[in-house]
Amino acid sequence: MAVDFFNNSEVDVSLEVNGKSYEVDEEGYLADLNAWDADVANAMAEADGAPLEDNHWEVINFLREYYEEYQIAPAVRVLTKQIGKRLGKEKGNSKYLYELFPYGPAKQACKYAGLPKPTGCV
Amino acid sequence: MADNKFDTPEIREYPIIPKLQRDVMSHSKPFIAKESHQEPLGFPGELVDDWHDVAIKKMGDLQSKYRSLQVYLDSCVKCGACTDKCHYYVGTTDPKNMPVARQDLYRKVYRRYFTFAGKYFPKLVGATDLTKDVLDDWYSYFHQCSQCRRCSVYCPYGIDTAEISMAAREVMDTIGVGQKYCNEIISKVHKIGNNLGLPGPALEDTLEGLEEDVEEETGVQVKFPLDVKGADVLLITPSADFFAEPHVDGLIGYAKVFHEAGISWTISSHASEAANFGMFIGSYENMRKLAMRIREAAIELGVKRIVFGECGHAWRVAYSFLNTLAGPWDFLDQNYPIPQHICEVTHGLIEDNKLKFDKSLNDDMILTYHDSCNVARASRMGDKAGGQFVIPREVIKAVCNNFHDMSKDTIKEGTFCCGGGGGLLTDDLMELRVKGALPRMEALRKVVEDHGVTHMAAICAICKSQFAKVFPYYDFSMDQIVSVHQLVSNAIILTGQDDENDENDGENHPQQDIDEAA
Ligand code: SF4
Ligand code: SF4
Repeated sequence: MAVDFFNNSEVDVSLEVNGKSYEVDEEGYLADLNAWDADVANAMAEADGAPLEDNHWEVINFLREYYEEYQIAPAVRVLTKQIGKRLGKEKGNSKYLYELFPYGPAKQACKYAGLPKPTGCV
Repeated sequence: MADNKFDTPEIREYPIIPKLQRDVMSHSKPFIAKESHQEPLGFPGELVDDWHDVAIKKMGDLQSKYRSLQVYLDSCVKCGACTDKCHYYVGTTDPKNMPVARQDLYRKVYRRYFTFAGKYFPKLVGATDLTKDVLDDWYSYFHQCSQCRRCSVYCPYGIDTAEISMAAREVMDTIGVGQKYCNEIISKVHKIGNNLGLPGPALEDTLEGLEEDVEEETGVQVKFPLDVKGADVLLITPSADFFAEPHVDGLIGYAKVFHEAGISWTISSHASEAANFGMFIGSYENMRKLAMRIREAAIELGVKRIVFGECGHAWRVAYSFLNTLAGPWDFLDQNYPIPQHICEVTHGLIEDNKLKFDKSLNDDMILTYHDSCNVARASRMGDKAGGQFVIPREVIKAVCNNFHDMSKDTIKEGTFCCGGGGGLLTDDLMELRVKGALPRMEALRKVVEDHGVTHMAAICAICKSQFAKVFPYYDFSMDQIVSVHQLVSNAIILTGQDDENDENDGENHPQQDIDEAA
């Protein structure tokens, strides 16, 4: 399998949901934060085989609020503390977040929330 | 996020040299960098038209700039001592992952264009033109080297494949063929100051949260200062320490140590990153630009010392090149090492009896220690030879009762890379990361079986993230990897701390205590 060194355009694929198309990168993260809506989040989760429930939405909504204020996804401690406040103390830990988002709260939940993927040594 | 499309290698009872499987990993290639990742680094956004000539010219430049590179290219005698020393070869069984074969991908092009025999009798000396296919192999296999230098330890000539990988990546960047993961990250540091792209206000919010957490847990106000002018110590730590687990537990450990020792310290929002991915892509220019942020922050904040947190390659860059890259450091206090590692700081305080520990607080764990390749083989620590092996282990033993090393050939200078170093810690290389972790997983499995080891400690952000991710593939759980300073944090007794043995979660109920005593 050769790499196509000539084709490295910014937008890789588009995702179709209910007749609307969303631009995503090669890992399925939305190219444009503002193009996000609940439909695309639901579609992504269904494609991964785990439809979103209320508690997922608490996380997704918080991620979007936080991102809007700080232009970055919250650090794990910030996220767990906030989820503990919203859903009860026993849920304010990363174990619970991994139950909700088995591929990792930082990456999977960010994807559903339309945020860019966290980069670095994480 | 797709399910496993590959098989996790089986742990072998007696590690033997695997049977070769030609080209089984030729499909492994990281995502290519886009224009927006390339240009801030000064590289072309896509493959340039005259890429062949540009590449050969760059190779020539690098050979004259780095004499060692030329020596490595000329001196291999094909003795074979390095062949089975690479974790990626062991885990993938692809012969192109033998260190000598990896070098030869570069060497055969070098011979063709830069040696007499290769110019006139290429077939005789295994010399080849730089073609699209060769470039394709380069992109694949120079991104299957974590630049860990294990092979160089066993090579009689000390040939360092890492340096050849760095050169190959730099040649590729120069013609517009970059790797997305590294180059996207470097462009974020140039713009925002850290790999994550964590802006100042978010950092401040995160650190305030940590102060609350520690106070809630211990009753002591431990500060996590940001941009404090006139502090003695500037802490340079990987941004993963702010963001992820178990890294953040290590950061809490550093803060408690500084607090207890009465050392005034600060983090800088301008230089909020220890990692220097400029090294992974072999780019001196980018490495220097990243290191200059540290100098600027140190001057701006007027600090006297620079201390590095738990990050492997940051320490390699800091220890070996900080002075050349961003020196002179004549404005710092010359009574301390420049730079100093957080483990040295903690170790020194332990030796001077400045810290109090209750080791039993780590009794729920039996520890082992993973030497990170960049600390083990590319730097030192403290003022004695081998300090980089001794100091972290002494810190662990000072705070834990149970410690067992893994087998001798897998630790210290012979340590195996975690499988995710050198700019390969990205999801698009998951198969490589899982397979490359095999030798470490085997060594860990052995101490788990022989000594009941439950946790492995490390002092590198890449190692920690890599293990958290690959452990489940080998039937370990992600929380079995811990930070060394997480162990320090667990055991340290802060002056004025709530009684740790208090069953009531740190809340004081004097009346109840009296009742129970009665
Ligand atoms: S430097 Fe490490 S990863 Fe690269 S070839 Fe040598 S042993 Fe393998
Ligand atoms: S050990 Fe050194 S000299 Fe021997 S084959 Fe490997 S690189 Fe060449």
